[in-house]
Formats: sequence, C-alpha cells, structure tokens
Amino acid sequence: MKLKNTDELNALKIQNLVLLENRRVPNNSANTSESQDRPRHVMVCGGTGCHASNSPEIAKLLIQELQRRGLSDKVQVLQTGCFGFCEKGPILEIHPDNVLYVEVSTEDVADIVEEHFIQGKLVERLLYIDPNTEKRFASDLPFYHSQLRIALRNCSYIAPEDIREYIAADGYQALSKVLFNMSPTSVIEEIKKSGLRGRGGGGFPTGTKWELTRQNEAKQRYIICNADEGDPGAFMDRSILEGDPHSVLEAMLIAGSSIGASHGFIYIRAEYPLAIHRLEIAIKQARQYGLLGEKILGSEFCFDVEIKYGAGAFVCGEETALIHSIEGTRGEPSVKPPFPAQQGLWGKPTCVNNVETLANIPPIILKGADWYAGIGTEKSKGTKVFALAGKVNNVGLVEVPMGTTLRKIIFDIGGGIKRHKSFKAAQTGGPSGGCIPAKHLDTPIDYESLIAIGSMMGSGGLIVMDEGDCMVNIAKFFLEFTVDESCGRCTACRVGTKRLHEILTKITEGKGALDDLDKLEKLCKTIKVSSLCGLGQSAPNPILSTIEYFRDEYLAHIVDKTCPAGVCKSLLRYHITDKCKGCTLCAKHCPAGCITGSTKDRHIIDQERCLKCGACMEKCHFGAISHH
Amino acid sequence: MCDNPSTDHLFQQLDDYIDSLPYKKEDLIVILHQAQALFGYLPDKVQWHIAQKLDIPSAKVYGVVSFYSFFTMKPRGKHVANVCMGTACFVRGSEKLQAEVEKQLGIKTGQTTTDHLFSLDSVRCIGACGLAPVMTVDGKVYGRLNDPKEVEHILATYETENQISETVVH
Ligand SMILES: Cc1cc2nc3c(=O)[nH]c(=O)nc-3n(C[C@H](O)[C@H](O)[C@H](O)COP(=O)(O)O)c2cc1C
Ligand code: SF4
Ligand code: SF4
Ligand code: SF4
Ligand code: FES
Ligand code: FES
Repeated sequence: MKLKNTDELNALKIQNLVLLENRRVPNNSANTSESQDRPRHVMVCGGTGCHASNSPEIAKLLIQELQRRGLSDKVQVLQTGCFGFCEKGPILEIHPDNVLYVEVSTEDVADIVEEHFIQGKLVERLLYIDPNTEKRFASDLPFYHSQLRIALRNCSYIAPEDIREYIAADGYQALSKVLFNMSPTSVIEEIKKSGLRGRGGGGFPTGTKWELTRQNEAKQRYIICNADEGDPGAFMDRSILEGDPHSVLEAMLIAGSSIGASHGFIYIRAEYPLAIHRLEIAIKQARQYGLLGEKILGSEFCFDVEIKYGAGAFVCGEETALIHSIEGTRGEPSVKPPFPAQQGLWGKPTCVNNVETLANIPPIILKGADWYAGIGTEKSKGTKVFALAGKVNNVGLVEVPMGTTLRKIIFDIGGGIKRHKSFKAAQTGGPSGGCIPAKHLDTPIDYESLIAIGSMMGSGGLIVMDEGDCMVNIAKFFLEFTVDESCGRCTACRVGTKRLHEILTKITEGKGALDDLDKLEKLCKTIKVSSLCGLGQSAPNPILSTIEYFRDEYLAHIVDKTCPAGVCKSLLRYHITDKCKGCTLCAKHCPAGCITGSTKDRHIIDQERCLKCGACMEKCHFGAISHH
Repeated sequence: MCDNPSTDHLFQQLDDYIDSLPYKKEDLIVILHQAQALFGYLPDKVQWHIAQKLDIPSAKVYGVVSFYSFFTMKPRGKHVANVCMGTACFVRGSEKLQAEVEKQLGIKTGQTTTDHLFSLDSVRCIGACGLAPVMTVDGKVYGRLNDPKEVEHILATYETENQISETVVH
C-alpha cells in the first residue's frame, strides 16, 4: 500500500498507535488489575550481543510455550534491537508490566510463562541485582539513570522489522514536515542551528556540510551513509541499523531533499549480516509504503537508496576512500580538496554522513533546533553514544549528553571496574585516539576537551582498562592495527608505522633503550605531518598519549626490564613462593620440564629454561606461584 | 560445495548474476563477493574470468582483490574460525584465546589445517563485546571463552563431520 499523502501517513500512524500503547508506562504500574487485562508484549533483545547468546531461540521457545499454555492471543513476542545493557544479555522486557529480565536462558522460558504470566508474579531470579547494593530491580535500572536516548530512542522500544511500529512512533513525520512545511534552506538552517556535528569522528558541523553540498551546481548529487564502523571495539552504528533502520532511511530522505539528491548509498561492512538483513527489510517496506521511490508522499520528491558492501578495509571508512570503494576500485584515500561536497561519487557533489549523525536528524526536525541545542556543551551539542567495553562491569551501549564526565559513564552507568580492581585508563577514539588516565576522569567530555587531553572522540569506542593492562602493550596493539590497515600510499604512514611497531615490540621484549622514547616521539611527529589521510595522521596518538601519561611504565620496561602489569611475556619471571605445599602438580604440567622439587618440599623454577607459558600458575591450587 | 571437479555450473551462475546487474564495472566488489560465495575463494582463473566478462584489465581485478582483506585467493577450510581481535576482546584476553585455538588446531592465524577442515583468521569486533573474548565459527558466535576446555568442545562439534570436500578450480 503506497501512502499518497500526509493524511494517509497520519491515518496509518493513528491506526497503529495501539501497537505502542502498551509500551508507554509512565511509572511502575506493574500488576495492577487494570494492566492485567491489557495484552502483553514481550520484547526480546535481537541485537548482535544477545543474538549471539541465543535470543532468537528464546523467542521461539517463548512463542511455543505461550501457545501450549493457551496464551498466544494475550501475549505477543517481538524481537527488538539492542537494549544497551549487553553485559546482562539476553534481555527481555515485558509491557505494560514494566519488567526487565536479564541473563535469560532457554531453560527459563517455562518459568517465565508459568510464574509471570499465569501466577502473575515476578521471576525473582531473573531480575537485575546491583552488585554494589545487592538491590533487585525490575525496572528503572541504575544503568539507565544518567542516560538520554536520542539516537537510540527506538532501539529496544520498537520491533525494527515492522515499519508500522516505526510509523506509530512518529516515524516519517519529520520527512513529511520537511517535504510540505519547510524549504530545503530552512531545513539546513535548522540543522545548523541545532549544532549537530558529525559523529563519525571528525565532528564537522552537519548543517554546514549539507549547505556546501547543495551550493555546488550539478544535475546529480549524492548522499552516502557511512556505516563502515571501522573502530575495532565500537558497535553503535550497527546497533542503530539493527534496532532502528528506518530512522537512518528517514534521515537520508531528509538530507536528500535538502541537498537536492535523488539517490543515496549505504556503505556497510559485509561482516554485519544482521544489520544488512534488517536494512534490506526496511528498504523493502519503505518502498512498499511509497516512502522510497517516485513522488514520495505525493510530493515532487523522488529518492531511492542502495546498499553497498565493504570488504574489510579500515581505511574505507575515510570518506574519499569510501567513495572509491563504491566506485568499485581500491579504497585508497585521495587528496582533499576537492572535498566530496565539491567532487565526490562519480565526480558529483556528495554528502557523506555517519549513521549516528543521521539518527539524530528526525528528532531535531520534529522537536526543533533549540531543543537539541539545549543539550550538551557550548561547542558540542546533543548526545553521544559510546560503546562501553573492556574491564567495566556493565559493557554496553550508552548514550549521554555531551559534557558528561568519564567518571559518570564508567562508574555510575558502567558500574565500575570488574572484580573490584582499580581503574587505569580509558581509551577513546579507537586506533586514532589516546589513553586517558585517572586524573582526567572528571573532564566533561566533548570533541574539544578530548583533543585537549590527547585523545579524540572518534566514533565513540570507550575501552576501560585496569591495573592488569600494560600500556606499552596496548600502544603496540593499536600500532599492529594501523600497520595492517595502512593502505600504503604514503611512505610516512606505510613505513613509519612499521618502524613504530618494531620499536614498541623491542621495548615489550625488554630490548628497549632509553633513546627509543625520543625516537618514537620524533617519528610520531613526522608521521602526523606527512600522512595524507586521517589514518596516518592519527596513528601515533596511542603512543603519544601513553608516553605522556604512563612514561613510568615505558621506563620500567626499558630500564628495569619489568612489566609492572605482568603482561609482557618476555619480561615475566615466574617464581614459587613459600606458600608452596610441594604437591608436584606444577612440575607435571610444565611443558619445559623446568620445575624441580620433591613431594612436600617447596619447588623451584629454572629461569633459564622457563618458557613463561603460565601453565604452572594456572594449575597451582595454593596460589603459590607469582610473576613479576 | 561439491566433489565434482567441473565448476562450469558455478561459472554459469556467476555469469547469470553479472548479467542481472544494471551496472557492471562499478559493481566489481559486489561481483567479487558473489564469486567468493560461490567458489569459496578467488583463484586466478575466477579473477581472469571476471575481467573478461566485464571487459576490464585483470590487473585491476587483482588490485581490488588484494586490497580488501575480506577476499582470499587461497582455498579455505570447510569451517572458518575467527578469533575477535577487537580492542574490547583484546583487553579481555583474546591473545590467549588466539594462542589456544592455534595450539588446538596446530596452525597459525591465516592458515588452513592440512585436512582442510579448519581455516583460522582474526576479525576486528563483531559487536558482541559484552561476551569478550569472542570467537566465531562459520559465523556462529561463541563468547566468554576463557577456558581451553570450552574451545576444545566447540572445535569438536565441527570435527565430527569427517567427510571433507572442497571446490577445486581447474
Ligand atoms: C581512517 C579513517 C577511518 C574512518 N572510519 C569511519 C567510519 O568507520 N565511520 C564513519 O562514519 N566515519 C569514519 N571516518 C570519518 C569519515 O571520513 C567522515 O568524516 C564521516 O563519515 C563523515 O560523517 P559525519 O560528518 O556524519 O561524521 C573515518 C576517517 C578516517 C580518516
Ligand atoms: S595516511 Fe596511510 S592510510 Fe592514509 S592514505 Fe596515506 S598510507 Fe594510506
Ligand atoms: S611458566 Fe611454563 S615453562 Fe615456566 S615454569 Fe611455569 S609451566 Fe614451566
Ligand atoms: S602446584 Fe603449587 S603447591 Fe603444588 S608444587 Fe607447584 S607451586 Fe607448589
Ligand atoms: S545486544 Fe542485547 S542488550 Fe545489547
Ligand atoms: S571487540 Fe570483540 S566483539 Fe567487540
């Protein structure tokens, strides 16, 4: 059914509001007699994390069990996108009861149906327990307290594979407003006024980019959605595409009508099968409803989108490289200017925007630039989604207003460091970013403040590290990545990153010399200024920031030949303490046969022959083996 | 895949696919994706065939294939295991996991076992960082792999199918 005008869109919205009626629960009204009679919705998380821990199977079993117990017409099971709280997945939420169950497994299905739906009580063991206070929560979890979900507004709230749900949740209303009540220039003005900046890393003002693209005379212009998401440890873009693909399509339509493009491309990694699947469904449904194609909603505007697949090259996230990749060639960056806004895809003016940037567009149009500009800091408006991961209790997707401190994200939302260890550093910006030490935990984070402390926003990867992480090794890890991913065009980047990696390897093997630090710093500066694209220009950041904040640790490796975190293998020395009971277990498992000692006597390790494999330490039941 | 040494029908399928595309030269990457899905890898003969079909230099096809890490010119094992080497998995012990899988399969990352049962590779973040460290086998995700026994168990489930076959392009 093609929607021929705004009235039909609104009628469809009203007709489908019933789908969402259940899910708007202002306060905890669980199990009141009134809500008992309403049909229930079980929202099962279908994000990649929960998908990996069997959530589709849980959904299937739930449907079967409900059918068996004759509840099929009272309870509906739906699959959503990521709830953000991936650490505790698989997650499911029941509406209108306002109950969230965590770490659900297939074995829990029968109990959920019996206890929750038949007996009308909570399945206590599936509630979230705050590890610090041991308090149980059925709703309003501390994880969500400081968050503000704008880009993620529909993720976990609607079923992404049903366009009617998106439409009921104000979907395509912003498009309708843009097509019938605003001029292209007023849309661009509104986006400029909102202060929205690119979430793909650069932070370029989005409205200005649209304006620049529109200004260039051309018969054809293009809009590209950058869903390459190369930062290894970031997954917000894929989660938005999995949980709310229509919001990205709607934003592309809005961008297209504002800059004068009738064709859009979504460039996505082939490694994201679930996101691709949901996108394909969304595009198909949007075409069916006449929201993509000719004369959209009865206007003069025609627009369609096409998916283009990446093939595993980080540098293809860079906009000029991405454009070459779409053109079917090697994804190497080219010199700017000309910028894509001037000469992009097939030489035509092209606007490249990141997924998260786009997801912010429809709410800005509907609620106004002033609303959006009221959130965040002076120069960074709105919210930012972070992929919080590493040694933090609550790994997941977190959306907070710009200017929120790292401390709040890591300790309040993230629930602090795993296993009560101490915080050492947070890494933002992926391979282009830096490591932030504890003394900067209270910095309100936005684009500028992160650069000021030697890191950058990047796409929003936020990896937490504890005392057990070696900062030299982390720097080496990122350099390995850039060596792998450098496209090889510039000598400084191609050869320079290899040299950096070699020096770091030397240091972690205990073969470093003091002047290596100077060499590293000098080489870093050269690479920064003589590389063509952002990859080379920012590749030195992980080294520079760790040298600045963790110089002691470099010195320990170079001078004392020790790895304080106990990570760098060559520098480890395993030795047996007086806790040894002489059980002989370690000797039996040592692959080098270098542990000696008789039964009931303290054992000894021959350091010369030890392979530093750690097998002995793992086996000892008495904690008698330590390493330094 | 098939035991039949003739791959004519695969070339036919590839040609049909290419014929169905409105633009051809611009869609080289999509065509290579499709070809790799059909043949399992992209040997010279397949690259040359595509170059002929699209009327472009085979050096250009080779240039693209060698640029993108997703494309492989070597035949893969029947099952492909990938250890995640994204940052989140790295700080939660993926180096150890990688070493363990390498040890159990008796190969290094990037290699294929001599019986062609497994290929081992690495990926960078598959988005299941909450389950770090993570590995996938044929796309199925296994998380929280801190115990070598767990790895053994996973690999064993794939080893049981001992009838190996592979596509060889002559
Ligand atoms: C090496 C490199 C990798 C990049 N990777 C991505 C990426 O994966 N996703 C992305 O949206 N932007 C990436 N960018 C930034 C893009 O070049 C571009 O600035 C961005 O897509 C523009 O969209 P925005 O203004 O909405 O942020 C990368 C840049 C560089 C230099
Ligand atoms: S800086 Fe590195 S990745 Fe960028 S164009 Fe130069 S060689 Fe390629
Ligand atoms: S670390 Fe390995 S090689 Fe060294 S003593 Fe222990 S078990 Fe033996
Ligand atoms: S396993 Fe532990 S207790 Fe037993 S001999 Fe070795 S060090 Fe001593
Ligand atoms: S994938 Fe389920 S909560 Fe993130
Ligand atoms: S880093 Fe391994 S799944 Fe994200």
